[in-house]
Amino acid sequence: MSITLIIFWFLSFLALLSAAIVVFAKNPVYSVLFLIVTFFAIAGHYLLLSAQFLAAVHIIVYAGAIMVLFLYVIMMLNLNQETEPHKKPLIKFIAVIAAGLLMLTLVAAFKGTEITVITNADPSIGSVETLGKVLFKEFLLPFEVSSILFLAAMVGAVYLSKKDLN
Amino acid sequence: MEPLLIKVIIVIALFVVTLLVALYATFAERKVSAVMQDRVGPNRAGPFGLLQPLADGVKMIMKEELIPALSNKWLFIIGPCIALLTSLMTGAVVPWGGPIKIGDQVITLQVADLNIGILYIFGVVSMGVYGIMIGGWASNNKFSLIGAIRASSQMISYEIAMGLAIIALVMTTGTLSLNEIVLQQDEGWANIVIQPLGFLIFIICAFAETNRAPFDLPECETELVGGYHTEYSSMKLGFYLFAEYINMFISSAVIVCFYFGGYNFPFQHELAELLGLSSNALSIIQTVFMFGKVFFFIFFFMWVRWTIPRFRYDQLMTLGWKVLLPLALANIFVTGLVMWGMGKI
Repeated sequence: MSITLIIFWFLSFLALLSAAIVVFAKNPVYSVLFLIVTFFAIAGHYLLLSAQFLAAVHIIVYAGAIMVLFLYVIMMLNLNQETEPHKKPLIKFIAVIAAGLLMLTLVAAFKGTEITVITNADPSIGSVETLGKVLFKEFLLPFEVSSILFLAAMVGAVYLSKKDLN
Repeated sequence: MEPLLIKVIIVIALFVVTLLVALYATFAERKVSAVMQDRVGPNRAGPFGLLQPLADGVKMIMKEELIPALSNKWLFIIGPCIALLTSLMTGAVVPWGGPIKIGDQVITLQVADLNIGILYIFGVVSMGVYGIMIGGWASNNKFSLIGAIRASSQMISYEIAMGLAIIALVMTTGTLSLNEIVLQQDEGWANIVIQPLGFLIFIICAFAETNRAPFDLPECETELVGGYHTEYSSMKLGFYLFAEYINMFISSAVIVCFYFGGYNFPFQHELAELLGLSSNALSIIQTVFMFGKVFFFIFFFMWVRWTIPRFRYDQLMTLGWKVLLPLALANIFVTGLVMWGMGKI
């Protein structure tokens, strides 16, 4: 077994295990912390695919910024085991059905697809240079449109958080 | 020697040097503050008090270790570990000197020359907040929690302005590798000439990111007892305090690499030619210059701490969001405009 394969199995195991803990942990703070571990494992997968830029940005944006805000809110609200609301059995039942349907859709979607293995991929495909050229040449318009979308969302968030809406 | 062995030696050397510099930075801090306040400072342990850091270290280790009864024990221990770990990780991409040739082998005085070096630094810095947040929350103390929340919101706010200041730098240099940035400054001007405003924004944000005065609100004694480390004692407290000094050292090194030419110094090639220095000798002098510049910035950090009083929290947020952020955006715009005018893009 090559070292890449060992790292792959380790990262996959870590990602699945920590993702399972995110769901099953009683304390929401643990959930957030294990979600961060999951993000690190996924960033490791990006590195294995030689997508360095994606790995770094994944860590900076998700683990470094968004999860800090999650943790921030959970700590401020002082959520813990005792204050966790207990859902009614009916709601739990509906949730299980809904999640099962989602899984069914995903399985159905992936069933027909053929998996093609690319063996001699260009190692610089995930580098900053390549990604930048692709984003700003081929996909310039969608890229700029998505940034306007972000701006609109940001303005909306600021507007909602204002205390007096005159 | 095998390349792997050389890397291991460089890693260990960097680790030891970082710890030593941080150790004596604590001593320097006390001496600098003493000079500024017209006192003598620590002078009992050893000649000129030079053994004071060792005495402090022994004291930290020997003190009783307390874990609060109602705290979250594991997270309480993990907090300071993350703080120290992230502060030590950043130094890996900093080039500490020119290449050294032994036989036909070229050794670069850098642990890893990543082509995403700047993003690596940014990622590790954004992880640093977890050490403080986890520690502050796990202490189960209101003062600790407020300190941790202050620290995290402060660090997130200033990361944005810092990132935008770096973007202007990346625009002019056209690379994300620290080694490349340093080499470019050997050929041309130091980046401080090209990006003066970017440097100013970056260094202010560096102060905020390291939680140093005038931005040390997270451990504001008058309001929060000890801030996020109120409940910590013994070496766990030592880890938090030590991480701050390591952060100061590494951010000084990063500032030097970004804006002050890294290990380069003016007229280095003329000097080498004049004195007939070999490239190895020049590399050693470059490393000395690198550390000289870094020590100056460590002194600058201390100078500011003992000169400028602490901000109020709303002033801190106003400065971050309403002054530094627009300035950084304007800096990017002007940089782009000038580059366009010069026909570089």
